Parts: sequence; C-alpha cells; structure tokens
Amino acid sequence: MKRALLRNIDNTNSADINEYIKISGYASLLKALEMKPSDVIDEVKTSGLRGRGGAGFPTATKWAFASMDPKFPKYLICNADEGEPGTFKDRPILEKNPHQLIEGMIISAYALSAEYGYIYLRGEYPNACNILNNAIKQAYGKGYLGDNISGKGVRFHLHVHQGAGAYICGEETALIDSLEGKRGQPRIKPPFPVNEGFLSRPTIVNNVETFANIPYIMEIGGEQYAKIGSPQCPGPKLFSVSGHVKTPGVYELPMGTTLREIIYTHCGGIKDDKKLKAVIPGGISTPILPADKIDCPMDFVSMPRYGSMLGSGAVMVFDESTDLVKVCLRAIKFFEHESCGKCTPCREGVGWMRAILKRICDYNGRETDIEHLLEVSENISGNTFCPLGDGAATVVQNFIKHFRGEFESKIKI
Amino acid sequence: MNKTDGLIRDIRAIKEKYQSKRAALLPALYLAQREFGWLSPEALEFVAEALDVPKASIKGTATFYAMFKNKPVGRHLIQLCTNVACMIMGAERLVDLLRDKYGIEPNGTSADGRFSLVIMECIGACDTAPAMLINEDFYDNLNKENIIDILENYK
Ligand SMILES: Cc1cc2nc3c(=O)[nH]c(=O)nc-3n(C[C@H](O)[C@H](O)[C@H](O)COP(=O)(O)O)c2cc1C
Repeated sequence: MKRALLRNIDNTNSADINEYIKISGYASLLKALEMKPSDVIDEVKTSGLRGRGGAGFPTATKWAFASMDPKFPKYLICNADEGEPGTFKDRPILEKNPHQLIEGMIISAYALSAEYGYIYLRGEYPNACNILNNAIKQAYGKGYLGDNISGKGVRFHLHVHQGAGAYICGEETALIDSLEGKRGQPRIKPPFPVNEGFLSRPTIVNNVETFANIPYIMEIGGEQYAKIGSPQCPGPKLFSVSGHVKTPGVYELPMGTTLREIIYTHCGGIKDDKKLKAVIPGGISTPILPADKIDCPMDFVSMPRYGSMLGSGAVMVFDESTDLVKVCLRAIKFFEHESCGKCTPCREGVGWMRAILKRICDYNGRETDIEHLLEVSENISGNTFCPLGDGAATVVQNFIKHFRGEFESKIKI
Repeated sequence: MNKTDGLIRDIRAIKEKYQSKRAALLPALYLAQREFGWLSPEALEFVAEALDVPKASIKGTATFYAMFKNKPVGRHLIQLCTNVACMIMGAERLVDLLRDKYGIEPNGTSADGRFSLVIMECIGACDTAPAMLINEDFYDNLNKENIIDILENYK
C-alpha cells in the first residue's frame, strides 16, 4: 500500500513546507476552501473515518454536534499527548510530517468554523515542539494560517501548547482543564466538549492521526477512502510495534490487518526466533492476548469480538521468556503514578493492586491474593469519572484470565 | 536590565495567544522554571503577579505535573523511561548503574549536584528502548556501555 500518513518521511527534509508542497501538500486545503463547510463534513462522513485516539468515535458525528452548537468562538484542539505506554505512532507525524497535521487542522477548522486551534503536545516531546513551531511559522508565512487564509477571508490561528508530564491529560476533558491552566482532572460528561469545552465554548478534540487523515480524504474523496481496509472502520492505520520483534517501529497498514500479519510479516517475527507468549494489541490499557489469539483483524469493530480492543494501535510483543507478573506490576505502577486522585476507587484501589502484585513478585504472595486482586479490580471498574481506573482494572483482570498459572506459581513456592 | 524583565516580556507575549490569562499558566510556568531552575516560591510569586492569578491556585496546578520541579534539580536532568517496553529491554539495569556509578537515586540528585534522575512513564520511544532525555536531548537504544559515554558529555 502506498503510504498516505507517513508519505515523504524518507525525505530527510520532509518537515519543510516546500517539500510538503512538492508532493501536492496543501492542495487538499485549497480544494476544501472551494467547498461549503457542511460539504466537507459530509465528505468526512462518507469516508467513515473514526477517531484514532483510542475510542474510535466516528469523526463526522463529533463534528456535526459541534457545528450545530450556536455558541462562538469554537475551538479546535489536537490531542498530541500520546501518553498511552507503547504508543509512539503520532511522533513520526509530528516530527516528520507536521504539515499534514496542520493542513488537516486547517481544513477541519474551516469545516467547523473554528477560529482558534491548539496542539496539546506532551512535554516529553521537546523535539516535536520545535519542529511544530517552525512548521506553523512556515504555514503563516505562506498564508495558510492567519486572518485571511489563502485570500478567502477564512480565519484560523494555531498554537502549540506543551503539557507537563501527566498521562491523564490525554483524556479530552482533563486536557481541556489543563489547557485552561488547571490541574488536569477529567470533567463529568455531559456536557460534552463539543458543547462546553475550552472556556465553556464548543470544542472539538481529535487525535493527531485523525487530523492527518483529513487531507488524504479530501484528496481521494470519501468514497474511495471508505474502500481501504475494514469496511466498518476504514482507512490507513498506524501501528507502533515494540517489544520482542525483529523490527519494531511504526507501520502504516490498512485498518483490519491481523495481529499475526503485523508481527510475523511486517515485523519479521519474534526476536532470536523465540516463541511468542503474549501481545498487548492497543496500548497498555487494552486486554492482553495469549499467543493463540493473534488472528484478529486490528480494527475498532473486530477487536472486542476477540476479547481486546484496538486502542491506540500500540502493539507490545512478549516472548516466552517474559515474566508477565512483573509486566503486570510495572503496568499497574504506571496507573498508580498517573491516577489524578479525583475518584477514590482509582486513587486507592490501584495502589492496593500495586501492593498485592509487588508482594506476589517478591514471592511473598498469599493464597487469597489472586481473588483479592480481582475483587479490588471489580470495585474500580465502572466506578470512576474517566476510563483510567477501568484501564488498570482491565490489565489485572486479563493478565489473570489468561496467565493465572504464572501468578499461582509465584505464590505457591 | 533585571534578569526577570525578559521573563515578564515573554509571559506577556504568551498571554496574547489565549483568550484567558489563566490558559497561559502552563507555558508561563515552563518559562519561569527555565529562568529560576525550579519552581521556587519566588518563581511562583513571579508568575502569579505576571498573570494576575492567585499564588495558591498556581501552586495547585504546578504540583500536579511531573515535569514541573518543586525542588532544586542538578545541573543536568536525566529522565529515564522504565515503563514496560523499556523495562523488558533492560532499563532497570540502567537505574542500578546510575546508582552504583554516580550515586544517583530515582528522584534524587548526585552529591556533586551534577545529575538529577527522574523515572519516566513512557516517552514514546518503545521501538528503540530503553530511552531517556537529558535536559531536552533525546537518547535511545541505551545499554550499560553507551549510557556512560553519553553522560560523560554532561559535566
Ligand atoms: C486516560 C486516557 C488517556 C488518553 N490519552 C489520549 C492520548 O494520549 N491521545 C489521544 O489522542 N487520545 C487520548 N485519549 C482519548 C481522548 O479522550 C479522546 O477520545 C480523543 O482525543 C478523541 O480524538 P479522536 O476522536 O480523534 O480519537 C485518552 C483517553 C483516556 C481515558
């Protein structure tokens, strides 16, 4: 497949606007500006694009809600927090193809009549910050940003806003609070950001990869786009693959490519030709799958049928030598560190799970510990404002479901 | 010119990007941290005045975020990832090495004030794990040998 999101990245100068324009960059913007804003939204609807941030929400549906809201100004936010462990798929867009993101945001802003945009970028990507700032400056220079975009009287201003190391700020309402200069804690929904978001105005939050798809949809048309990959959630998808494979990295493949194909065809199989033990298919919050469950098509609709989720498409591969109880402990330490402290079940429960897992890892586990872990996890699930606590509970439940023997063997000796 | 004159000017410039002065807080805190080295009471006071937001409320925000420092740090800040992908590629051995060779504990500073170490939660370099940032410089594919060579460049 020809690359659509990572096109040009072999060019060492791909972040430069002139290089981007050479491969018909910003042509989609000019095309969109000739259309009615509502027609742009319709085109995205036809494409079937679903958000790439993790939840897979249909993009055009979100946009329609925001565009129906009569309040102004409207804000457009790019979620570049990329905090889900295992996920590094947005980074090549940010660092190597920033103009495709910027072009996608300008088209979206035009479709939604949003005059101000922010790229909420994780603080851990200082390099991407410099590249984006430079790219935005170039886009202003060419008249693609500003008060009169391409002489069409369209106004859109875009800035980079750096986060400061808090995973929870990837959750869109926490992100908005953070952007407002507050502690990043999730808000209760409704109201949804599309009606009351940044500074209580209609706010559209989309992931980096979601925006990067927009110029491509405008280029080939929604109908053509809808034919790529899985029919129910089409398009190209970025998979970031890490762990025990021969060639880890970011792969652009059609949505619905199976996990097996990703691991064995594209990533060359397991490192040192060891045996596969398990895979986390969509970032640390998604349920782990044992080696015999990897024939699943990687898309938002299919994965739940195979007992997991697509999430951010962050594939983490573990070979036969991996101590999965230790992996589970490290994952739960992460959630404990990142819990924002707002909801008691998450703030307290995740810490308890960490303590129990720690003693199991130290061979001090008690016979009741596995049941105890499951019980705590069940008291977290569904009892919190945002899905961070659910993520931690999911990790514990699925590691135990598929690899109970490993936990038991540490307890019984 | 007072060293903080430039800082005031920069914070004012940032305020222009937002329709709310409070929204300029995170970028302002970054600038103040760069100028003062950490978010000392003096630095927070300064930001509170520049943005006209109560200091207590600013402190509430500043203490929420891992990358804002509420105590002084060494001359160079090592931010080493030990999350799952880095862990299975040996990041914990690097933490041990930093302790043994340089006397740096996680969240601590070496006695000579040269290095501080912070354990990070995934810095998005899982395909070239283990990885770290030193100040704003990024390093990956680390092992016990090359990490020492890298650190020698930071005096
Ligand atoms: C704890 C948590 C962390 C999240 N982190 C991110 C993130 O880093 N990047 C992202 O795009 N979405 C993240 N999301 C999803 C966002 O809340 C939101 O659904 C997404 O940005 C919407 O964009 P999309 O429709 O384009 O996917 C996170 C959600 C939760 C609950």
